[in-house]
Amino acid sequence: MKVGVVQFPGSLDDRDAAWAFDRLGADTELLWHDATDIGDVDAVVLPGGFSYGDYLRCGGIARFARIMEAVAEHAHAGGLVLGICNGFQILTEAGLVSGALVRNESASYVCAPVHLRVENNEIPHLRRATAGQVLRMPIKHGEGRYVADATTIKSMEERGQIVLRYCDADGTNGGNPNGSTDGIAGVCNEAGNVMGLMPHPEHAVDPAVGIRSSDGAILLGSIVDALAGAAR
Amino acid sequence: MKVRVSIDVMLKDGILDPQGKTVEQSLPSLGYDGVEGVRIGKHIEMVVEGDSIESVRAEVEEMTQRFLSNPVIEDAVVTIEGDLGE
Repeated sequence: MKVGVVQFPGSLDDRDAAWAFDRLGADTELLWHDATDIGDVDAVVLPGGFSYGDYLRCGGIARFARIMEAVAEHAHAGGLVLGICNGFQILTEAGLVSGALVRNESASYVCAPVHLRVENNEIPHLRRATAGQVLRMPIKHGEGRYVADATTIKSMEERGQIVLRYCDADGTNGGNPNGSTDGIAGVCNEAGNVMGLMPHPEHAVDPAVGIRSSDGAILLGSIVDALAGAAR
Repeated sequence: MKVRVSIDVMLKDGILDPQGKTVEQSLPSLGYDGVEGVRIGKHIEMVVEGDSIESVRAEVEEMTQRFLSNPVIEDAVVTIEGDLGE
């Protein structure tokens, strides 16, 4: 049961993501962006950061990193993939999830705790959550405004691919920090094995530090559960 | 032959451009009234070697669709600026 975290030039949260999974009981391995395969890992995490300096477009260069072919193969074979922040941007650029992430509506970089409502707890990444549960995690991004055309959003909604929305503390609509369409904070692909989100679950696993939330462990722990279940 | 090519990449019309909006909102304070529709995009220039203008254009169109722009959010225009000869 091993989680691989890809390190791109400019990744920042790779070790934090590996640490969080380690703490939740998974074996972890850091994967180099220039590798041709992902070895024996069972799930792949694309971490946050500023891969390739965010040049051209966030994630637009990383999506062509050599390892991404193996990541796409893993995804198409049904393997679990999680993209966090810059990792989410890379997933959209690679076409592994729909839509795109553009500059925040405010034109400002936002670093703050946010509330997220679980819209679909049936994908492997969110099984430890209950439907409608409100999770608290931090965000830190300048380009996290999720956009997609209306037809795509409608079809994603119908298929349960919109898995997390920004919300107020009581779970009602609101608290949208970046102007994302319909408050979308996290999405998955049609098969439900690839998920991307702007908030940082790996920075909310220990209530003793940071924003004093361990809600990120609900998400990352769900992935650990899914891998443990598959290994049995 | 070597061909000078430029590519202009703009956010699609329906997508809010906060940079453009911020610039637009600051113009009146500088005394420029009546300006609207400010949008900020990218201008990319390059010199490309190829057998013909047509093949260079085709190659740049392809790299623009695959890499230089994201068709989900952006429109791009490729312009052949001139033939630089050998």
